[in-house]
Amino acid sequence: MTVELRVDYIACDGRGICAEMLPELIATDDWGFPVVAGQTVPARLLGDARVAVRACPLLALRLEASGPGHHQARHRLRVLRSGRV
Amino acid sequence: MIARKPGLLGDGQAGLAAHLARYGPLRCSADRAALLREVDRSGLTGRGGAAFPAARKIAAVARNAAACGREPLVIGNGTEAEPAIDKDKTLMTGSPHLVIDGAQVAAVLAGAAAAVIVAHPRALDAMRHAVAERAPASVRVSVQRAADGFVAGEATATASWAARGTSKPTGTPPRLSGRGPAGVPTLVHNVETLAHLALIARYGQAWFRSAGTAEEPGSMLVTVSGAVRAPGVREIGIGTPVWRVIRQAGGPSERPRALLFGGWSGVWASAAEATELPLSAAGLARLGAVPGAGLVEVLPASACGLRETARIARYLASQSAGQCGPCAFGLDALAGEVSRIAAGHVDGIALVRRWLGQVDGRGACSHPSGAVRLIRSAMRVFDDDLAEHAAGRCEAV
Repeated sequence: MTVELRVDYIACDGRGICAEMLPELIATDDWGFPVVAGQTVPARLLGDARVAVRACPLLALRLEASGPGHHQARHRLRVLRSGRV
Repeated sequence: MIARKPGLLGDGQAGLAAHLARYGPLRCSADRAALLREVDRSGLTGRGGAAFPAARKIAAVARNAAACGREPLVIGNGTEAEPAIDKDKTLMTGSPHLVIDGAQVAAVLAGAAAAVIVAHPRALDAMRHAVAERAPASVRVSVQRAADGFVAGEATATASWAARGTSKPTGTPPRLSGRGPAGVPTLVHNVETLAHLALIARYGQAWFRSAGTAEEPGSMLVTVSGAVRAPGVREIGIGTPVWRVIRQAGGPSERPRALLFGGWSGVWASAAEATELPLSAAGLARLGAVPGAGLVEVLPASACGLRETARIARYLASQSAGQCGPCAFGLDALAGEVSRIAAGHVDGIALVRRWLGQVDGRGACSHPSGAVRLIRSAMRVFDDDLAEHAAGRCEAV
């Protein structure tokens, strides 16, 4: 099972807290918006990734799990809401 | 001119009697599974630009609707917000009953008792008139005026418009087939796709596949515009060579410099490299292009490809829904810089390349990626003209 970072660009307003918390995986574009396209989160950064997800005031960052052993819609909903995998 | 009859576009008679005389009655098989298999075997893909397999999308909606016990929402997308393309308007005004038939077939296959056709304002009267001509049927088809704006034609934006009156893309997940803006599995099909469905339901998959290629079967509507003698909408078999498509539009009115394929958020190619190719996804792949929604815009040698690209880029930037930072800011920045390049200040090329990389693939819909695709192809095809512009000249003759 792999875990990826995803941005909800409609919710995001580019304040950049996520990029500060997780500079290893999140950069910003020239307008301050996070660049995370399909970034796979290595195990050692999962804890920091969860913190970054919870830190977004607009709930615009989420972790998505995929691959074998992954349950579909309900799991994603839990991930979206809690930032936990 | 296509390989087989009858075609999508009638002979000017849009009424119900003429429709039945031309195509025969629609007898929708009670065996939904068999009909869906027929659609699957036909190889029909969406004609709105994305070319997703129609049967697969319908099956997903039907499956999800059955699983959650809700009736799906079925929408025929005739928004045609792309200013350069006319094929959906032409289809809706010329063969409205084919579109209604197709909406009914789609609804039956998806397990719905109703369908909404969202129609461009110029085709609204024709669609409403056609609906009024029909006797009540098991599937209630209604017509709704489409919203304005380029991104209003995007699938989730159309669904959002039909469901709750706001025409902005909603982003995925969830996919429309799982849960759309109305809270139920939602099927959105371009009106041309629906018309093909109506013909497959009548004549079968083998008939449908007798045009086109084995990998990309069927026919499609193309809009040929720009420097041709007889611009307009015509039906072609997929895979028809580009030069023949242009000849059917009366041939070039001037020496062609370049072609724009797909739509305004499509891909440029030089006339030299493109005219021999088949108009199909396989044929255009080497150009990084797809047939898309069927635009073939011919740029003459007397026009400047960079200026045309700048004009389109400014339009695409103006049409951002403004929901996503990379699109709202990035397209504006790109359009501005491409405009400067078109005006002779080519020092901004590096910035354009940087922003193309930053904007691509980021946003709730594919609008920013489409603009990136257009601009990137212009940088390639009009590469020589960049040098000319830097020297205060232009290759336009």
